[in-house]
Formats: sequence, structure tokens, C-alpha cells
Amino acid sequence: MLFLEQLLNGVQLGMMLFLMAAGLTLIFGIMHLINLAHGSLYMVGAYFTATVTVMSGSFAIGLFGGCVAAACCGVLIELLAMRHLYHRDHLDQVLATFGIILTANEATKMIFGPQALFLNPPDWLSETVQILPDTPYPAYRLFVIISGIVVALFLRHLITHTRLGMLIRAGATHREMVTALGFNISLLFTVVFALGAGLAGLAGGLAGPLLAIEVGMGEQILILTFVVIIIGGIGSVKGALVAGLLVGIVDTLSRAFLPTLLKTMLPTASADALAGSVSSMAIYIVMALVLIVRPEGLYRAYGT
Amino acid sequence: MEPSLSRGTLVRFAIFAVLVVLPWIAHAMDDPFWITIATRMLIYGLAAMSLDLILGYGAMVSFGHAAFFGLGAYVVGVLTHHNFYDEVIPFLPIEWVGSMSAFVQWPLAMLVSGFIALLIGVLSLRTQGVYFIMITLAFAQMLYFFMIGLPDYGGEDGLNLWQRSEIPGLDLSDSSQFYYVVLVLVSLWFLLSRRVVESRFGRVLTGCRYNEPRMRTLGYPVVRYKLLAFTISAMGTGLAGALMANQNEFVSPSLMAWSTSGELMVMVILGGMGTLIGPLVGAFLLLSFEEVLAGLTEHWMVILGPLLVFSVLFARGGLYRFLVGQRDDE
Repeated sequence: MLFLEQLLNGVQLGMMLFLMAAGLTLIFGIMHLINLAHGSLYMVGAYFTATVTVMSGSFAIGLFGGCVAAACCGVLIELLAMRHLYHRDHLDQVLATFGIILTANEATKMIFGPQALFLNPPDWLSETVQILPDTPYPAYRLFVIISGIVVALFLRHLITHTRLGMLIRAGATHREMVTALGFNISLLFTVVFALGAGLAGLAGGLAGPLLAIEVGMGEQILILTFVVIIIGGIGSVKGALVAGLLVGIVDTLSRAFLPTLLKTMLPTASADALAGSVSSMAIYIVMALVLIVRPEGLYRAYGT
Repeated sequence: MEPSLSRGTLVRFAIFAVLVVLPWIAHAMDDPFWITIATRMLIYGLAAMSLDLILGYGAMVSFGHAAFFGLGAYVVGVLTHHNFYDEVIPFLPIEWVGSMSAFVQWPLAMLVSGFIALLIGVLSLRTQGVYFIMITLAFAQMLYFFMIGLPDYGGEDGLNLWQRSEIPGLDLSDSSQFYYVVLVLVSLWFLLSRRVVESRFGRVLTGCRYNEPRMRTLGYPVVRYKLLAFTISAMGTGLAGALMANQNEFVSPSLMAWSTSGELMVMVILGGMGTLIGPLVGAFLLLSFEEVLAGLTEHWMVILGPLLVFSVLFARGGLYRFLVGQRDDE
């Protein structure tokens, strides 16, 4: 059941993308801020998770440490730079966060060294699980999927059933009114930014045992996250979940099966030459199709 | 504003004069390496100037211009590669072994970049603002991965060119001669861009930047204007890419990396958006920064990054406006 396995891998990638996109889309929806440095927070999460795990001997503590470290970095970035950029145009925001990426990448290289780190999944997740008879699947990947579901439920509850969520929704649509009612909007912004950063850190920490932890890992996922947000619709957490799963599944399945599919249709030589290119382009083609049908993305903003 | 106008002319003339005599100075100082650096700066300046056409005049924040830079370079790379090995280019309907002539390679680089920009533009211009930034970035990244996935043209490792393009009567492998060719092209592109900006077309574009709904209400087909500007801008960037391929005698997907797009934007902003000559100044500024900082420490990016953030937060308008004594809103 190779297909089922790849499908689950796609769902797992989708959940990681959802964690990234949920934070980024909230930050954009509420503060109208484009934050390229979101990928750097993911990287911070991964590095700190690895370091704390090695120091404490527990992956759970490591993951918590990675989340907290990313959230702290997020607050720091918000206070030092972002706060002054809310009223600027997007171009300034892009450039400032581009500067932050360069700084974060180089600082990470200086602190942790240029070589990649590797992290093993904890013992209790290093086994495989029989999802169907004769179909083993790594427990760790299932853990990532379950974490994604838990975060999705948590965000849903947070946004629709709590006072903070109410302020987030109100701040997105009626910023002046929220301020006029006496709420501290800049504190709200900091909290949302920290929340988004924490989610990015969680995504990075969860990615640790799956990927090499290296400088530049943040930018790879950042661009996928952008694709997710474009498809899902800016500002919509639900859109981030649906589009995250869509992009994760399309990307994984096209990489797994498109080369074989191409070989049945084209002569072997040209199929080999094109397979790599075409399968990595699949998600962008999906994005283009969505843009043609619904330029604003699948879901309306704030309709969480 | 008569005084600042003449000061602007003076500054432009001074910049041009320095660029013209630079190879002599470099030879006199027995340091011809400066010519190579200056050529690189001019080429990046050309790309940044083209980006300024849409960034500064059309308010289209394209984060994907590295794609056109890379495409231009790859056109030169592929043509040279096939011509050198005398192989037919496989994906064309006609049997053609490429060409070494700059008069074939460079215009073709511009056409290919322009054509791809047309396709990307049609899709991207359905959206605005932050969507546009992310979509142009995503499409550029798509092309980047496309080139990485093509083993026939070196994939991730890139493609070596065994010689530069050919112009009858000139020897482009001579760094001074190549420098002057680049300088002439940059000057021509500047004059052309200025004509575009000052034409009715350019005015409509600037109008869209200030108030797009109003321009639309006045009956202008706004999207078509923006699409044309996007295409012209990509063609200039493609030409810069073609020159870059010649300068490096090597093309690789890293020319198309997202960070190159970022650098081009930084050049436009540092030099002064919406001034055309500013981005050229910005290219000189950024590349000299990189050169100097890289001489100081291996971790120069940790200095450059915060400098960038500071310049965005505090220094607005760009260096060129400062030089000519123009305020930001002019």
C-alpha cells in the first residue's frame, strides 16, 4: 500500500505547512504585515528543539523549548522592528524582514556552526505502527499529523470561543473600534505575533527528526507556506488548513508517482529529463489554477 | 524646481563620467580587477533599473525578478552550449544549433524573459498588494526548481560557458571592451526607460500608483498597462541576465534564487525608488558594502542584515535623492 503511505506523508507535510501558514495568515490578516522572517522562526524552533532535547534528554521538553524560543524571538522582532512597520507599505515590510532573514541565518551559523544537525525521534515514537494489515507506518509521522489536528482544534476554539479570539476577529476587521473601546491593540498585536512565532517554532521542532536542521531550511518552507496562503486565502485559518493539506498531498504524490506516470507517456530519456522539474512544479500549477478560478483564494478571510 | 533639476543633471553627468574613465583608472592603478567588479555592478544596476520601472512607477512589488535574470542568463547558456557542441536544441520545432552572436543571444534572452513575464503577469496581475508579492515569488521559485530539475543543462551545478558572446569587431573576453559594451547598453536602457516613464504610458502607470480606481474610472485598461510595464521590466532584467552569463561565463539556478530578487529590491530602495538612476547607485552601494564587509569578516551578513533593517526604518528616499537634493515625495 505504497499509495496510502505516500498519502499519509502528504498529510503530514500538509500539517507542517498548516502550522506555518496559520501563524502567518493570522499575522497578515490582523496586522496587514507581510513577514518573510516567519521561516527564520521555524529555523529557530528546529535548532532550539534539537539543542534542548540533547541537553534535557527529552523530546517533549525540547519541543516545548523550541516553541518558547521561537515565540521569544518573535516578540523581540515585533518589539524592535515590526512595530514600526505596521503603517508602512508592504515593500518596506518585505525589505526589513529580508534584512532580518539575513541576520538570523548568519547568526545561526555563528552560534550553531555551519554543519547540519540531526535529531532522532524519541524512543516512544521511533517504532512503526500497523495502520492496515501489512502496512507499517512510522509512528513519528503519525504524531506530527495528530499534533497538527490538535493545534487546528485549539486554534478553532481560541478564535471562536475565547475573549482573545474575539479581539483577534475584531482587530482584523475593525481596528479603530477595538482601540476606541479601550483595548490595547499593540499588546494584542504582540500576542498574535508571539502566537504565530510559537506555531512556526513548533513546526520547526516537529520537522527536526524528519529533516536536516540547517541554515536556509526556513526559506524553503516559507515559500511553500506562501503558496498555501495564496491558495487558502489570506487571513483564513480554515483556508490555511485546507490549502496546507492540498499542497502537502499534491507535492508528495506528484514527487512519488509523477516520474513513473511520465515514463508511461513519454520516451524514457525525456521522461527522466523532465520528471524532476515537472513534479516540483505541480503545486505551482495548482496555485495558478486556483488563481484563475478564485483570485482571492479558496476561503474568505476572517471566516474562521 | 530649476536648481534641483540642474543639480540632478550634474549628478547624472558625474556618475556617467566616472563610469567612462573607470577602466583607465583601474589600468593606471594596475588593478584591473576593479573593472570586473564595476561590470558586475553595472549589470546588477541594469536589472535593478528595470525593476524600478514597475516598483517605483507602477507600485508593483515583484519579488520574482531573479527569475527573469536567470532566464536571460540561461538563454545565453543554452545557445552557447549547443553551439559549442554543435548539437541541435531538442525542444525547438526547428533544427537549430544555437548561436554565439550577441545580436541573436541577447535579444532572444529579452524576448524569452518578456514572454514568460507575460504569462506570469497575466496570472499575477489578477491580484494586488501582498498577494502579488507572494505570487511573483512563488512563480520565480517554480522556475528555479524547474532549472534545478533539468540535468541536461547542469541541474543544480549549473552550466559552464566556454566562451563569451560574439560581436563582430570586438573581443568581449577583454574585460575593458566588455565593460564598455555593458556601459553602452545600460546607458541606452536608461534613456529608453526615461522615455517610457515620461511618455503617456508612463504617466498612466504613475497614475495607477497613486490612485488605481480613479485611473480605471477614467477608462484606462489598467491591467493591460501594468502587464506591459511588467513585461518591459522583465525584458531589461533578462538582458542583464544575458550579460551576467557572459560576465561569469557560467550560469546556474542560483542566479534565480529568491535572495537575488531580494537583493535587486534592496538596490532599488537603497538608491532611490522611482528615479531610474538611483537603482544603479543602489547596486554600487550594496555590492561595495558586500565587498568591503566580506573583507572584514566571514560573517558579514550579520552586519549587513541589521544595516538593511535600519535603512528601511530610518533612511527613506534613497541615496540618489539625497545626492540631488530631492525630497521623497517629488
